[in-house]
Amino acid sequence: MSTVEPSFTMFEHGEFVRARRFPTPMWLRAALYFGYQYKRTWRSSIVTSFLIPILYLTSMGVALGSLIDKHSHGVNGVTYVAFLAPGLLASTCMQIAANDMTWPVLGAIKWMRTYLAMLAAPLNVYDVLRGHLAWAAMRLTIVISIYLSVMATFGTIYSPWAIVALPAGVLTGMAFGAPMAAFAATRDKDVAFITIYRFVVVPLFLFSGTFFPVSQLPVVLEYVAYITPLFHGVALCRDLTLGQVHLWVDLGHAAYLALWVAAGYTVGRRTYAQRLVV
Amino acid sequence: MVEAHGLTKRFGDFVAVDSVDFTIAKGESFGFLGPNGAGKTSTMRMISCISPLSGGTLRVLGKDPTHDGPSIRARMGLVPQEDSLDLELTVLDNLMIYGRYFDMPRKVIRERAEQLLEFAQLTERAHDRVEPLSGGMKRRLTIARALISDPDLLILDEPTTGLDPQARHLLWDRLYRLKLQGVTLVITTHYMDEAEQLCDRLVVMDKGRFAAEGSPRELIEQHSTKEVVELRFLPGEHESMALDLADLADRYEVLPDRVLLYTDDGDAALSQVHAKGFTPQSALVRRSTLEDVFLRLTGRTLID
Repeated sequence: MSTVEPSFTMFEHGEFVRARRFPTPMWLRAALYFGYQYKRTWRSSIVTSFLIPILYLTSMGVALGSLIDKHSHGVNGVTYVAFLAPGLLASTCMQIAANDMTWPVLGAIKWMRTYLAMLAAPLNVYDVLRGHLAWAAMRLTIVISIYLSVMATFGTIYSPWAIVALPAGVLTGMAFGAPMAAFAATRDKDVAFITIYRFVVVPLFLFSGTFFPVSQLPVVLEYVAYITPLFHGVALCRDLTLGQVHLWVDLGHAAYLALWVAAGYTVGRRTYAQRLVV
Repeated sequence: MVEAHGLTKRFGDFVAVDSVDFTIAKGESFGFLGPNGAGKTSTMRMISCISPLSGGTLRVLGKDPTHDGPSIRARMGLVPQEDSLDLELTVLDNLMIYGRYFDMPRKVIRERAEQLLEFAQLTERAHDRVEPLSGGMKRRLTIARALISDPDLLILDEPTTGLDPQARHLLWDRLYRLKLQGVTLVITTHYMDEAEQLCDRLVVMDKGRFAAEGSPRELIEQHSTKEVVELRFLPGEHESMALDLADLADRYEVLPDRVLLYTDDGDAALSQVHAKGFTPQSALVRRSTLEDVFLRLTGRTLID
């Protein structure tokens, strides 16, 4: 007959006998759960993170780019590939964040009930939100590091400022991720995510300055682009990797992105609580 | 362990839990018995500190869930109605990550997980993915997971719903062993056999209110007779038959497919039925169960 006998008393007066000197913050406990899941998929994720930029930079950056360079002497003073690469970096951050903060959020609420498991433990709903957002940021960090190293091999890193493109890319991604998570918590079905992908993510990807300067757009659309976070993310990353840093302008880009992150988080606190604390 | 006064839960205009009082003592096995929609899950969620109260007071482990939710949940295990396991990870992984939510050191979690897997009889499946496991195994894993932090209080919401009889009996056995070790169990169920097997005390719940409270035996003694005669006639005859049979028993109930005669001596009543010339399609004599208590108190059966 098997019984459950703990090897030592774990709880005394409600606390672990051997209390940790630095307890792990609640949000980090949640974030590490998603990291655990990543344990299964990280190999294919890393390979894709290498492969996609290499494919884009080779086909559009080098093959197409050499045509552009020949006829227009580069774009704004640099080769097309050097112009394109940081734009792709920012766009990739947007796409990853959009992916990570839509279906996985609804899944954690509804299909897998991951959040319920967390809430039955000592985490509260804000820890859950912060944890999931933190994980998205961690994943972005991994992908951006790989991307920057690929950029370096293509010779598109012009300045030590490029290291700041790491947090800049995370900021860009989270400027999409935080609002998406807040929105996803209100959903019952995933139909809206597909709509967002088609009508928000793809147009932004194409028209926010990744592939060509927004000055190429008709004036009205150019001003529309200025409102979108991706434009600022692209501009910021580009300034950093090309070493064309204008302090106040770039701080402005960063501040605008941070505003989107803060707004997304604030709304997320409301929508998560409304959905999960009933 | 748990003390509730005037506990209420509202969803908009709908009152799911209507001002109920109950106390659960340390080490006892307490049940909430009632049909679907009675308010059992809402009550469970409030006790587990994952759902805010709409009214009344609640004290769990001596603390107030509104302010001390996380510290109460640190010493409590919840087995929800629907599984929330990670199907893609392994059995052991699921235990490890759950332990990490409680900030338990990895070595401790591993030790505990080993013991719990043996308890749940899942040791051979420790490194298998959860997805292909049977419903009973997943449920045992969820229970093991809820025990990872050595909780004083274990809350189970409909633990054997959807399981085959063998799985149910295994689960009951495991829960009984837990009870013997002094873990306080709070169980909701709509199965009367589960309530009778597992609970020291229970409340009969219907439409957000308590209809009765007591041990299974007390409830049967108070609200039903010792034995029941079940008679089946041709469909449609039951109403008319019942009226003729009424004086043969202390009480009678008419169900869509049967007539129930409540009496202290079933065999005697049955022979009287035959003596009076009635010819039921089938007849059986059985002891009263909690289902009969529920029927008496609410006029409905536990399972619609």
